Amino acid sequence: MKWERKDLLGIKDLSGEEISLILDTAESFLEVSTRDIKKVPTLRGKTIINFFVEASTRTRTSFEIAGKRLSADTINISASTSSLVKGETLSDTAKNLEAMNPDVIVIRHSCAGAPHMLARLVRQSIINAGDGTHEHPTQALLDMMTIRNRKGTLSGLNVTIVGDIAHSRVARSNIYGLNKMGAHLTVAGPATMMPREIRELGVKVSFRLEEALQDADVVMMLRIQTEREQRNIFPSLREYSAFYCLNGDNIQRARQDVLVMHPGPVNRGVEISPEIADGANSVILEQVTNGVAVRMALLYLLTGAIE
Amino acid sequence: MSILLKGGRVVDPSRNLDSVKDILIEEGKIAAIADSIEGTAGETRVVRLEGKVVLPGLVDMHTHLREPGYEYKETIRSGSEAAAAGGFTSIACMPNTDPVNDSRAVTEYIVKRAGECNLVHVYPVAAISLKSEGRTLAEFGDLKEAGAVAFSDDGKPVMDSGLMRRALEYASSLGLVITPHCEDLYLSAGGLMNEGRISTELGLPGIPTLAEEVMIARDLLLAEYTGAALHISHVSSAGSVRMIRDAKARGIPVTAETAPHYFTLTDETLRDFDPSFKVNPPLRSPLDRKAIREGLRDGTLDVIATDHAPHAATDKEVEFEYAASGISGLETALALSLRLVEDGLLTLSELVRKMSANPAKILNIPGGALLPGADADITVFDPDRSWVVDPLSWRSKGKNSPFFGWTLKGKVFMTLVKGRIVYSED
Repeated sequence: MKWERKDLLGIKDLSGEEISLILDTAESFLEVSTRDIKKVPTLRGKTIINFFVEASTRTRTSFEIAGKRLSADTINISASTSSLVKGETLSDTAKNLEAMNPDVIVIRHSCAGAPHMLARLVRQSIINAGDGTHEHPTQALLDMMTIRNRKGTLSGLNVTIVGDIAHSRVARSNIYGLNKMGAHLTVAGPATMMPREIRELGVKVSFRLEEALQDADVVMMLRIQTEREQRNIFPSLREYSAFYCLNGDNIQRARQDVLVMHPGPVNRGVEISPEIADGANSVILEQVTNGVAVRMALLYLLTGAIE
Repeated sequence: MSILLKGGRVVDPSRNLDSVKDILIEEGKIAAIADSIEGTAGETRVVRLEGKVVLPGLVDMHTHLREPGYEYKETIRSGSEAAAAGGFTSIACMPNTDPVNDSRAVTEYIVKRAGECNLVHVYPVAAISLKSEGRTLAEFGDLKEAGAVAFSDDGKPVMDSGLMRRALEYASSLGLVITPHCEDLYLSAGGLMNEGRISTELGLPGIPTLAEEVMIARDLLLAEYTGAALHISHVSSAGSVRMIRDAKARGIPVTAETAPHYFTLTDETLRDFDPSFKVNPPLRSPLDRKAIREGLRDGTLDVIATDHAPHAATDKEVEFEYAASGISGLETALALSLRLVEDGLLTLSELVRKMSANPAKILNIPGGALLPGADADITVFDPDRSWVVDPLSWRSKGKNSPFFGWTLKGKVFMTLVKGRIVYSED
C-alpha cells in the first residue's frame, strides 16, 4: 500500500488500508521521540506552516514538535498575529502562503470546510488540524493508535463516546475511523447533544451513561464546551456532571481493562472525575505522546507523496 | 413598425391554446393571433419561429435587484437585462435593499429607474415593517399608490405574530397580498444548511425544516382567521407542502411558490462545502425534493419563482460559514423548469401557468395571457437547443450559480416587452 493523497482533510474519505498505513508509519516514528537526540533528517529542507485560525495550544505544539523532530522548518501563524484580523480573506492569505512555497500547510479553522477550500486553492499539501465541528482527523488517528497499541486491534471493540456529539469534530472523526476499522460504537449524552440522524453514521445512541458504559472496552469522554450552556444544550454544568461524569462508580459497568480517553483539555470533575482521569485505566497522556508520532507519520507520508 | 411572429408553436394556458399560430404585433399590442397572417411588405418585420415555442411573457414574482444599496451585486438595469435573457417580461423585486423599500421614496425610485432602463416590467414588493425590523407597519396605502404590488419582509421574517396579523388584515383591505419568508429565527439560529443526515456528516449547524414549517403553520392560521390573502415564498420542505395542501383543501386563501433549486437539488450537493449551493431556505433532503415536485404536479404549489439572489464573488468565495446565501437564478429558471416537462411531471401548458398566469394573478398585474389588445409581452424559446451554463457570459452581475457547467435543454430565443424585442439570441 502506497500513500497517494495530496491532503488529509478528514477521516471520512480514507479507506481502512490508508488508516492502517498511517498507524503503522506512526509506530515506526514513536521511537524517535524516546531518543536522547530526538531528531531525524527525514524532512530536512521542507517547510511546514502551521496556520491556526482558531486558538489551540496542544495541537499546534504537537504539529510543531512533529515537524521539528523530522528536521523540517516549521512556522506558526495564528489568527491573532496573522493578516486575517486586518480583513484579508482566507483565499488571499492562502495565495500568499502558497507564494512562499511551503511543502505542507496545517490548518485549524473555526469554519467547517475551510481546509477543503484551502486545498482547492493551493497546490501544497493540506492537513486539517480541526475544522469547526466537522473533523479533527489527526486526533482520531492518535486515538486509534492509542487503542490499537493497548488492545492489539480495533476490530470488534466496544467503544463509547460520551458528550456533545453534535458539536464535536473529535467525535465525528472517531466515528468515521473506528467504524471503518470494525469497532462497535455507542454515543451517549442528552438528546440535545445528539445530531440529527446520527444513527445513520453507524452508531448506537444512549441517553444514559450507565447503559452506554456496559461492557465498554474503550470510553472517550469529550470536553464540555461551557459556552453551550448559554444555548440550552444543557441546563448547567452541575446537572451535566451529575448525569454524565465518568466516575469510580459508573466505570464499574465497563470492562475491567477499559481504556479511558480524553482529547483534552480536561474539565476535571465535569466530564471525568480526577481519580479516573489519573487512574490506572487512563491513557490520556499516552494519547498526547502518540499524537506527535501520528503527525510525524502524516508529514512524512504527505511530503513523500508529492515528490 | 409591426412585428409578425410566424410559424411558432403558441402555448397559452389561459385559453387552452397549444398549436402553431402567427401573432401580429402592432404599436406594442397584440393585434391578431391566427393560423396564418400575412404582413404588409416593408412595414412588417417578420420573425420566423418554426420549431420555436411562443409563450405569454414569463413573470417572476420573487427577484432581488439589489438596487438601491448593493449595486455591486446587481442593479435594476443588469437585473432587468438578466430577466429579459431568461425570458421574463415582468419581475417583482424584493424590498431588502439599502435603504429597505419601506417608503414611497424607495418604491418610486425603483419604478423610475426601471422606467429609464425600459426593458422589462418591474414591480416593487415593499416591506411589511419599517426597515424590515418587525416592529412598525410600513405605510401600505402610500406604497401601493407608489407602485408596490405586494408586501414581504423577505430575508427578515416577521417573528411578531401580532404584527403579522395586522399586516395581513391591513393589506387585505387594500386588496394586496402578503408574501412572507417563513422562518422561525430561533429555530434556525446559527444554521448554515438543512438539518439532517448530511449536516450531521459535515458538522455544519443545521436549519431544520421545522423552522420553515412552524412559521407556515402560524401564517396559515393567521390567513384562516383574518381571511386575508397569503402567498408563501420559496417553499422548500415536504411538511410545508403538506400543510399548504391541507390548508387549500380547507379553503384558506393561500397560494405558494417554490424555486428551481428546490425541485432540482438536494443537500447532498453540500458535501464539498461549495458556497454556490448555500441558499436560504437551504437545499433539503431527497424526500423534500420529491414532495416539492409532487406539490408542483398536484397544484399545491402555484408558482415557480426564481428567488434570484445575485451576489458578488467577494460575498461567495469565502468560508462556507461566512458566504452569503442565494442563487443567481433568472437565466437558468426556464431551462431548469422545462426538465419538469421532460420528466412528465407537468405539461408545458401547466408549467407556463406557474411561470406566467398564476404569478400575474396573485400579484394582480397584467400579463399571463396572449390576448388581442393586450401588451405584447411574449417569450419565445427554442425547445431543442442544448446549452452549457456559463454564468460568466450572463447579463446578471451575480455569477453565483450551482448549475455552472450543467448542460440544459431549452433556451430563450427572444423576449418581447410591449412589442419591443428586449432580448434576442441573434
